[in-house]
Amino acid sequence: MRNRESHVTEPLPHAEPLARPLSQQTVLLLDVRDNRSRAAFGQLFDYYAPRLKGMLLRAGMRSGQAEDVVQEVMLSIWRKADQFDPARAQASAWIYRIAKNRQIDMIRRENRPLPDELVAAEEPSVDDAGDVLALDQEGSRLRAALALLAPEQRAVIEQAYMGELSHSEITAQTGLPLGTIKSRIRLALERLRHDLKDLR
Amino acid sequence: MTEIQHHLTEDLIAAYAAGTLGHAFSVVVAAHLSLCDECRSQLEAHEHLGGAVLEDLTQETVSVGLKSAVLAGIDLPAPPEPTRITRSGIYPSAIMTALKGRPPKWKPVGGGIRQCIIEQGAEGSLRLLYIPPGRAVPDHGHGGLELTLVLQGSFHDASGAFKAGDVEVATEDVQHVPIAGEGIACICLAASDAPLRFRGWLPRLLQPMFRI
Repeated sequence: MRNRESHVTEPLPHAEPLARPLSQQTVLLLDVRDNRSRAAFGQLFDYYAPRLKGMLLRAGMRSGQAEDVVQEVMLSIWRKADQFDPARAQASAWIYRIAKNRQIDMIRRENRPLPDELVAAEEPSVDDAGDVLALDQEGSRLRAALALLAPEQRAVIEQAYMGELSHSEITAQTGLPLGTIKSRIRLALERLRHDLKDLR
Repeated sequence: MTEIQHHLTEDLIAAYAAGTLGHAFSVVVAAHLSLCDECRSQLEAHEHLGGAVLEDLTQETVSVGLKSAVLAGIDLPAPPEPTRITRSGIYPSAIMTALKGRPPKWKPVGGGIRQCIIEQGAEGSLRLLYIPPGRAVPDHGHGGLELTLVLQGSFHDASGAFKAGDVEVATEDVQHVPIAGEGIACICLAASDAPLRFRGWLPRLLQPMFRI
């Protein structure tokens, strides 16, 4: 068994300066969430639709079916934007999950087993700017670490997360430093649990 | 939430995030994630990696009409979301969904032990086990990987003590005799990618009858 804590203390590459604005996609998604901005949604479409189609084709879908799923994923982004919590996820991580859910539902013709929902049903909590920025920076560092990998290592990571490797083939390849981003998400989850308790 | 001692392995979480884990294992993983914020944050970290890969992916040209179809779609009333089956008692949403919203139908398998087979097929099996306090499940090995999530009570075997929320990841080479803790009955969810092989001759004879 792999030691799941082994990455926590690994140094992260600081390829980018810390004082950095939020990622462009996260800003757009927040604009959709908070202002129902159609312009921002159009830009999200332009950015994600060709990439999502690429992911679905790699998962073995035909072009027409892949576009059906892209359409559904984009509509889900618009409709579920109020569930987006930037202290817990960057836009790409949130959209990756939605796309995987739809892809699995479509291929297996049954719903993907999902963890219990942790979304507060009524008032969405107010974003804490510091938490949001901190998570975004961890996301950027992870991306920088990914960029520094040797091409063949990178290719394996890409295959794994695009769904081209089976579970038994994944074992050896998750060597990226996920410890600090995990700690940030853990804090956000603790806060959410606390908020949910107050709601009950 | 009690302190969880036994977690999922990172490769299981990565495979779940990537959508490459079979259905039976995915139910166990989703149920454990419902109980364990440690693994849940691990999952969301892996989803960040997935998102980072997605950003760098080769772009495929989409049909000219797709954007206008999507933009027209956002003005239409959203189709009703299929209602998610929610947690019930000790069973998280993922288990209740696998049970199609109904309480488990227990079948006795001898020695006071009961089971409820949720699915069984070429991909593996998923079942609930009910073990009375202090009882042992016959010595068995595995053809492949077995995940066991404790939902109520506890059990212990050679690899340690498992309480509610804990998950045991047992590989091929593990032979174990899980014994339920004293107090309340142990209820757990077990998934495997191969039928269990019992070591003793009597359990082996009975195995086709029990279908375990």
